[in-house]
Order: sequence, then structure tokens, then C-alpha cells
Amino acid sequence: MFQNIGELVLLFWRTLLALPLAWRQRQKIYEQLHEIGNASLLMVCMLGFFIGAVIALQTGPVLVERGLHSYVGGMVGYSIARELAPVMMGVLIAGRIGSAMTAEIGSMRVYQEIDALRTMNIHPVHFLVMPRVVAISVALPMLVAFAILVGWLGGATIAATNQHIQVSAKAFFQDLRNVVELADVIHGVVKSFCFAVIIGLVACHQGLVTRGGPRGIGRSVTKSVVNSIVLIVVFDYLITRVLQK
Amino acid sequence: MSAPSTNHHRGVGVEVRGLRKSFGKQEVLKGVEFSVSPGEVFVLMGPSGSGKSVLLRHIIGLEPPDAGDILIANKSIQEPGVFDEHHLAMVFQSGALLNSMTVGENVGLYLAEHRLKPPEEINRIVSEKLAAVGLAGVEDKLPAELSGGMKKRAAIARALVSEPALILYDEPTSELDPVSAVVVGEEIARLNQSSGVTSIVVSHDRDLAFGIADRIAVILEGKILAIGSPAEIRRIEEPAIQDFLNAKFSRPKSS
Repeated sequence: MFQNIGELVLLFWRTLLALPLAWRQRQKIYEQLHEIGNASLLMVCMLGFFIGAVIALQTGPVLVERGLHSYVGGMVGYSIARELAPVMMGVLIAGRIGSAMTAEIGSMRVYQEIDALRTMNIHPVHFLVMPRVVAISVALPMLVAFAILVGWLGGATIAATNQHIQVSAKAFFQDLRNVVELADVIHGVVKSFCFAVIIGLVACHQGLVTRGGPRGIGRSVTKSVVNSIVLIVVFDYLITRVLQK
Repeated sequence: MSAPSTNHHRGVGVEVRGLRKSFGKQEVLKGVEFSVSPGEVFVLMGPSGSGKSVLLRHIIGLEPPDAGDILIANKSIQEPGVFDEHHLAMVFQSGALLNSMTVGENVGLYLAEHRLKPPEEINRIVSEKLAAVGLAGVEDKLPAELSGGMKKRAAIARALVSEPALILYDEPTSELDPVSAVVVGEEIARLNQSSGVTSIVVSHDRDLAFGIADRIAVILEGKILAIGSPAEIRRIEEPAIQDFLNAKFSRPKSS
């Protein structure tokens, strides 16, 4: 475990050092961005909408029952922006994109493609890791910002149509505006940026240390997703503490 | 081939001194020593698991030795800048072409990544190198669309792009049918003659070894048992070597 942490920190440092090469590798970054967007946008929409819907469904009747109609929008908007959208999208991207990254790099490792790169004096961190970490760090905050908006829409839809809530969309968004500030959205987006770096690094690291054949790739993919999710939850707490008003 | 090529003299000499390597408790290389002259085709022959590929990975710097040293043109590979001064290339057993890139992109990868030539020039060199190994016109294909023999030849083309002084071949004819194996073997010999590049070939293919080698080293259980010309190796009466050289499949007799 400690060896893994040490290797991750080292990979983070090497990726930072490789950042000046980002412009040179822009084509690869663009390809990764395209792949992440294509693979995730629909799922982000669905997940975002239903997270908003379920939060409205869970909290709305309770608040309405106690005469707190005007808090439904704020409650849903605040929890989605600061917590649910970044964490849930982080988990989604760890499963959808992080696993694919690990599988691809792991397969390159097993089939000696990474050794071939080394013999050509091409550093795997410059060629494989940095473009992926940059792409996911750009893509995830954008997806989270989008998921927040879709989540609010889902909450508003349920608040307006559910017979136990019956808060109009106008009232929902009015309350949301009163409670949720731009800083709350930025809080969520900053969190998602940190999660993206974690997912990218963990996924690439697990790929690079893959050993054995197809079974080794499978093990690495599982580790990548599990470790990413654990780190997302741990860092969620730490970042929340740091960014708390 | 009886004598090292003297054309161009692009090749470098290689010296391996007392190389030792263990993985866990298993000692894979037990003090390996040999030297290869510039422009020579040197074949390391031995059964599977004898440490041939591990030795090759040490020469190109993919594995650090536990003890011993490797000298390229009389300089230790542990000295900084040796690999910049003398380009080394390796053709992997599987070819190790990057599956997500076209054959052309694979072959031109070294030049493109290091920005050594403009894109048009890279395209020209790629076509030239692919044509040199008999693969003209496959630039836009993906590695998955090539046969095993074509992949190996594409990997040789990729190795040639950096104009290396030393090419290491890891089992270049494994998984190939006899005709493709002959084509790849002839390609290795032809490249050596035309450019004078030093070639170290790891193989358990006896036909390839005796067909292209200037000298052969027989390696068994991490130790070099014998080094000599193909004719000298054939004359050695050491049972382990004779067993390897004369191993034949014999069908069990029915009673």
C-alpha cells in the first residue's frame, strides 16, 4: 500500500514536470477529450437528472410536511452543487474512463508496447500519462458543471410534478438562487478537478504496473476503479474541510 | 554468411562483462560474458527459459543488472548519454507495434515524437523503410490487419528509422511459418550487409542461427556454454549443446 502511494506521488510529480509538453501533445489530449466526452455525456445527463430527481423526491415531502416549501430548491441545489454531482460523476468517470485507461495502458505494458516506447527514448509519462491526466482534468469539471445544471433541472421537474411536493419550477429556482451561490458551484468544480487528477493518475499507474496476461489486466482494472473510488471519498472529506467557509 | 560485413561500418561493438540477474530467488543470468564486433551478426541460441531475452533487455537498458556491466563502443551503458550517442533499436518477439496507431505512424513514431524531421519527410522515410522490408503500401493499415510475419517486418522497419548502430532481435522468427521465417531471416542478413549495423539475435531457431550468424553463443540456464562460428559450434561435443542442436521429434513406436 505504501509503495503504491509512493509510486503515485512520484507519477504525479513526473506528470507535473511533463506539463510543458502539453501543447506538443495537444492532438493526443484532444483525442482523449473527445473519447471521454463521447463515452460519458449521455450517462452524465441521465445520472445528473436522476440524482436531482431522487434528492427532490426524498427531501421534498419532508420539507413540505413541515411547511418549508421554500427550502426545497435550496436544499436540492446546494447538495448537488457541492457534493453529489462531483462525487457521483467522479465515481462514474472512474468506472467508465479510468477503467478503460488502465486496460489500454495495461495491455500496452503486457504486450511490450511500453518497452518499445522506451527503446525509442519516448517516455511513457510524456506519451501516455500526461495527455490522459490533462484530458480528464479538463473534461471532468466540465461534465460536473453540466451535471449540476441537469441535476437542478431533474430536481425542479420532480418538485413541480410530484403530488406530495408541488413546488413550481419558478419557486424552486427562486429558492435555489437565494441559497446557492456561485462559490458553491465553484466548490463542486474544484473538487471534481482534484478527483479527475486522482482518477487519471490511479488509472495510468495501475496500467503501468500491470503484470501477467489478460488476468493481470483484469486485476489492474479492478484495482484502478476501487482505489479511485476510495481516494475520491477520502479526498472529498479533506477538500471539503479545506474549502469549508 | 561467413564474415562480418564491412559496408559503411555503422555498427558498434558490444561487450558484456560478468552479467548477473536474479528475479526473487531465481538466478536468471549467472555471470554472462561475451563480446560482439562492430557489424557482426551475433546469435544467442538456447532453449526457452535460458535467459536470452532477459540478456537482451539488459543490453538495451530495460533491466538493470544485479552485477556486471555492458559496454557499447567501449562505454558503459550506465554512463549518461551512451544511448544518445549510439542509437540502439530492438525488435520485440511480438513486434510490439502500438495497436492504436497505423503501421505508418508506428514506423515514423521515433522521428515524429522527437521532431527530427518535418511531417512530409517522415512520410517519405516511412514509405522508404517499409518498402525496404517488402511492405510497401501498408502505411494506413492497423497492426491488427497484418499477418505475424508482416508485423515482424514492420517492427524491423520501425527499428531502422532511427538509423541504429545496434539492432537487437528477440526471437524474430517465433510464431512464423517456415516461409515467413526465411523471409525475416534473410531481411536481417541483408540489412546487416547493406548498412553494417551490428545485430544481436536471440533465437532458439537452429535454421535461422546457422543461416545468418557470423558467430553463435549457446546459452543454457543463464550461462554461456560456447561461442564460435557456426561450423565451430557444430563440432563441439558437449552433450548439452549436441542435445539442443540435434533435438528431433520422434513418434512413439506402436507395439
